[in-house]
Amino acid sequence: MVRILRNTKSAAVNPLKSSQPLGAAFAFLGVEGAMPLFHGSQGCTSFALVLFVRHFKEAIPLQTTAMDEVATILGGADHLEEAILNLKTRTKPKLIGVCTTALVETRGEDCASDIANVKLKHAEELAGTEVVLANTPDFGGAIEEGWAKAVAAMIEGITRSGARTRQPKKIAILPGCNLTVADVEHLRDMVESFGLKPVILPDVSGSLDGTVPDRWVTTTYGGTSVEEIRELGMAAQCIVIGEHMRHPAKTLHGLTGVPYAVFQSLTGLKAVDRFVSLLSAVSGAAVPARVRRHRAQLEDALLDGHFHFGGKKIAIAAEPDQLYQLATFFTGMGCDIAAAVTTTDMSKILQKVPAEWVQIGDLGDLEALAAGADLLVTHSHGRQASRRLGIPLMRVGFPIFDRLGSQHKLTILYRGTRDLIFDVANIFQANQHAPTPEALDPFRKREMPDELRSSPLTRH
Amino acid sequence: MTSLSAKIQDVFDEPACETNRGKNAKARKQGCSKPLTPGAAAGGCAFDGAKIVLQPITDVAHLVHAPLACEGNSWDNRGAASSGPTLWRTSFTTDLTELDIVMGQGERKLFRAIREIKDTYTPPAVFVYSTCVTALIGDDIEAVCKRAAEKFGLAVVPINAPGLAGSKNLGNKLAAEALLDHVIGTVEPDDAGPYDINILGEFNLSGEFWLVKPLLDRLGIRVRACIPGDARYIDVASAHRARAAMLVCSSALINLARKMEGRWDIPFFEGSFYGITDTSEALRNIAELLVRKGADAEILDRTETLIAEQEAIAWKKLEAYRRRLQGKRVLLNTGGVKSWSVVHALMEIGMEIVGTSVKKSTVEDKERIKRILKDENHMFEQMAARDLYAMLSKHKADIMLSGGRTQFIALKAKTPWLDINQERQHPYAGYDGMVELVRQIDLAIHNPIWGQVREPAPWDRQPAGQDDLASTKNGTATVNAFNEFAGATAHRFGDR
Repeated sequence: MVRILRNTKSAAVNPLKSSQPLGAAFAFLGVEGAMPLFHGSQGCTSFALVLFVRHFKEAIPLQTTAMDEVATILGGADHLEEAILNLKTRTKPKLIGVCTTALVETRGEDCASDIANVKLKHAEELAGTEVVLANTPDFGGAIEEGWAKAVAAMIEGITRSGARTRQPKKIAILPGCNLTVADVEHLRDMVESFGLKPVILPDVSGSLDGTVPDRWVTTTYGGTSVEEIRELGMAAQCIVIGEHMRHPAKTLHGLTGVPYAVFQSLTGLKAVDRFVSLLSAVSGAAVPARVRRHRAQLEDALLDGHFHFGGKKIAIAAEPDQLYQLATFFTGMGCDIAAAVTTTDMSKILQKVPAEWVQIGDLGDLEALAAGADLLVTHSHGRQASRRLGIPLMRVGFPIFDRLGSQHKLTILYRGTRDLIFDVANIFQANQHAPTPEALDPFRKREMPDELRSSPLTRH
Repeated sequence: MTSLSAKIQDVFDEPACETNRGKNAKARKQGCSKPLTPGAAAGGCAFDGAKIVLQPITDVAHLVHAPLACEGNSWDNRGAASSGPTLWRTSFTTDLTELDIVMGQGERKLFRAIREIKDTYTPPAVFVYSTCVTALIGDDIEAVCKRAAEKFGLAVVPINAPGLAGSKNLGNKLAAEALLDHVIGTVEPDDAGPYDINILGEFNLSGEFWLVKPLLDRLGIRVRACIPGDARYIDVASAHRARAAMLVCSSALINLARKMEGRWDIPFFEGSFYGITDTSEALRNIAELLVRKGADAEILDRTETLIAEQEAIAWKKLEAYRRRLQGKRVLLNTGGVKSWSVVHALMEIGMEIVGTSVKKSTVEDKERIKRILKDENHMFEQMAARDLYAMLSKHKADIMLSGGRTQFIALKAKTPWLDINQERQHPYAGYDGMVELVRQIDLAIHNPIWGQVREPAPWDRQPAGQDDLASTKNGTATVNAFNEFAGATAHRFGDR
């Protein structure tokens, strides 16, 4: 039983979280012709926008309802209406994804009926543009929750309900926010190699993969099309990656009856074997030679890599599903999880994290708990802790603003697991300490085995 | 909220501001914030502006009283440099949850947060920022700060600039008001001297103030406080004993400079360290103000000697770039040219200015631009992204200098681009800084990638009607095509 240690501090120190509306906007960015819209003050949008740009090194479509003091007192419905109409005229999006912020949620605004009114009043003007709402106050959740809410909102708002004629080869895939652009691309290839037709929602591989279009586009270009979302009910199966995507899958099931299977992680040999077996069963096709080859490469990477992993102490801070994905990867290679920190206590996956305890907290907690660890695993903001502790940092998740190409790193399936092994082993090799007589002196002061781990259990 | 409204009225009616003086009484009362268009707005909020101005004070703990987003999405994101303390880069926020808000526990949580910070980090001061939500639920941060200051015996400064109050620029000014109300003048220095100055509105981005400070050191001028770049709390608290001040980024902190002049008789001038002539002019002005305030007049001669020596070196270094940059066309897209002397230096080595935005420029500025630009049509208020993209993709400029907001317009149009705003990687202040700017322009324009990305892929280059290699049908044609790659004409397709 994993102990979940709740946050008892009043001052969060070096936040691990990015905000919930940012997570929702992220998901909307995986849809073609989309324009996410924050309902709040202009600062909410500006901060999220800058963070997205620092991470993706791309122009990111994101707009604001620009709530000011007067709107905050009188209510924001007019600003919301004006913003939607302005966006429609100026950018002609296929989807406007409204994400609420703490400001309007604290006021207790009924944004759903505000939007319903706007749609009713301007039905003609808004033809050809879907408007959906994700209720994502900043005072709850983090990226995962925002991402999942946006996907559920798109399914609820756009997908045609009722049982439909199923296309046996069509597979709906709902990936979690911890999958990179490369992961989504690779996932599609894998599914297609079985002769299946995947529809991936959201599909950041089409929109945030960093290309140079031959004209200036103000919305997203690429990603899942609104039409594909509308026809999700024709899928034979729905495959869910990450516990946080269970809710959108349930929503789809409720609307259309499409059955779903949840994969909490697609990293690690066993998890991928299960996934590949499913694909083979659903398609009736044999596992292609190329996939078998990749599996053999992973076997070899496990053999070559395990020398570097055994007994290493890893300190991870990540959102729940990514924490699970990485913690199981590391323990599967023979490491110990010395510290596990996550953003919120709402996810059921935390009970499955292979650690004694999971701290709900921030990077201040990670820094305090990671002393003596061999590797820090978190996003770019871990760089200060890494420097102060003298422990190398492996950058994962969001935001990664001080390294290029994070979206093109593969972390799932046989090849992604293989790449992760190499990445980590190379970090360890690059930080190897040469032996010295002092370090090996049998009379030096040695730590007792039970001192090795700094446990927060004693603090609580 | 009422005291905040009064503050906002006060900073909007700025007698030292040129634009404000040009308005009639009614327009003045309306203030300088333009209403934002929902769905078509860009830029930060007042909280953002306040944090930008204050956060570079390096040994202060900056505590943001808000739900996660205000701080969680924005911390450790600016390139100001510190010569010592790093506490300013540690992020503190009360990270209010739904429960905190519903139960009205905001103030209590804030008080406890201040205690935790004091116990763990013992900073000389904690700055507490209010935000939209905490202003909306009516948390009285001034009262909490006052109580915490008494209880813990340390400076706890309320920064009352919630995002919904207005723009980033307003936040800059509200931050300055907080310094005037709570910080400056609270510590008496024991070493005040006749050569003490303040530099206001210098952020020390990429450490660029360190390109200037040695020049002042050489002249025997001491920087009492540089606000905020690389400042310590005690520098700011004792800044009222400087003899003169230079205001660097005028729109941001003009109220600070003017009120310090009124309260403590510290005369100031507006100047810039960007460009060669501006840097010289700034040094000259500093020396003159000090002499006016009683410093020995011999410093004027020493200043002139230093200027002559440094200018000669800088121009000599710049001359080396003339051959490579002559005739290259620069598009300035900065929302107002902040330093004419940068433009002057670029033109001096033969570059052309083919366009500039005049969004924040005064009438006088616009006249100047007309004289510089060959075609005044190239003066624009603000160019829509689409138009800017169209202009750049037709290669009407050899480089665009701008801030990060338009970075990708240039890059996607395959045009060299250099960041001259706050996220930039290189120091551009002072004489060496100008040389560095020109060096970066040269590197950007002459990077070999432009030759690669501007060429279409070979299969898109085939003129219509010619055999398409990919669809070669018969065996002979295939062999011929292969021979083209492998044989004597291999150079057409690159290395074998």
